[in-house]
Amino acid sequence: MAEHGATVLRVCRAVLGPADADDAWSETFLAALKAYPRLPADANVEAWLVTIAHRKAIDVTRAAARRAVPVADVPEPPPAGQADGRDTELADALAALPRRQREAIAYHYLAGLPYQDVAAITGGSTDAARRAAADGIARLRKTYPGAALPDGENS
Amino acid sequence: MTMNHEPDLRHALPAVTEAELAALRDRLPAVTEAELAALRDRLAARADAEGVLDVAYRTLDTPVGTLLLAATEAGLVRVAYPVEGHDQVLQALAARVSPRMLNAPRRLDPAAREIDEYFAGRRRTFDLPLDFRLSGGFRRTVLSHLPDIGYGHTASYAAVAAAAGRPRAFRAVGTACATNPLPVVVPCHRVIRSDGSLSGYAGGPAAKQALLTLEAA
Repeated sequence: MAEHGATVLRVCRAVLGPADADDAWSETFLAALKAYPRLPADANVEAWLVTIAHRKAIDVTRAAARRAVPVADVPEPPPAGQADGRDTELADALAALPRRQREAIAYHYLAGLPYQDVAAITGGSTDAARRAAADGIARLRKTYPGAALPDGENS
Repeated sequence: MTMNHEPDLRHALPAVTEAELAALRDRLPAVTEAELAALRDRLAARADAEGVLDVAYRTLDTPVGTLLLAATEAGLVRVAYPVEGHDQVLQALAARVSPRMLNAPRRLDPAAREIDEYFAGRRRTFDLPLDFRLSGGFRRTVLSHLPDIGYGHTASYAAVAAAAGRPRAFRAVGTACATNPLPVVVPCHRVIRSDGSLSGYAGGPAAKQALLTLEAA
């Protein structure tokens, strides 16, 4: 289980952003630890962990919404670039995508799950999962100016 | 069910290039080992508090190699030498004790400290709760008598068999020592042949000799 820690954290960050990802990661592995003895020996552990992470990410989002106190109708400021000089532009562009697109990209491209598994996790059809990922990638090509997306409409 | 039009959809959607995939994987902020270690520590503490950490383990560098230490809530359950294959030992623990297992050093702090003190020559007996669940029957009886052989002393297999109440069972004593789940802490290294030769040891003959030399100093 330990070897999937990094992948699950990347997935949680892509879906939730860095601030809430740690909570989702912890809840995911705690739940996995509790359920592990009932997991069939031949199960795909990574797909199972991403499935739990998906549910925990939803829980974390709901909890955050309950905690949020509406002060004024002001949009969130864009997250500041990290002080350690990391490239957060792609993470920011990802964070701006609709949730379904973020989930499809995270589960398919970061966790490496086939679209059939992605659809089983998010609900909906395999085609819908494939389209959500493709729409998200198309949007990233527009919003992420990084040179590493060569086929996009780079500025 | 969706197989029929999947190929069409694949062509209709823009392909994701290798470079884009690499960007997704590499340009997102990296998950550092320090971040993961901090998360694992917090997880271990919570799992322990909620009673779902059945086996905690860590490694410890010693003069006889890197030892794997594992503990249940009852106590130290396994000490393993590198030659035993730490991964195999962990798999066996998952199968025989519980798969609820984490690299969680805190539970092993007392054991690590005492073993460090032992190798530094500052400790002669171990004062740790031990979980003997990996050893049963006569083997367990034998192991329970091994701490009676004092630091710096040795005993023959026959002598240990006699102490364990079955004087003729010296072969079984050999088996009990060879399968000792808690080497170093339960001193099977102090059991040698009647002619003084060392015979086998889970950590290899060099490790057995090193422990006896340490204790003779």
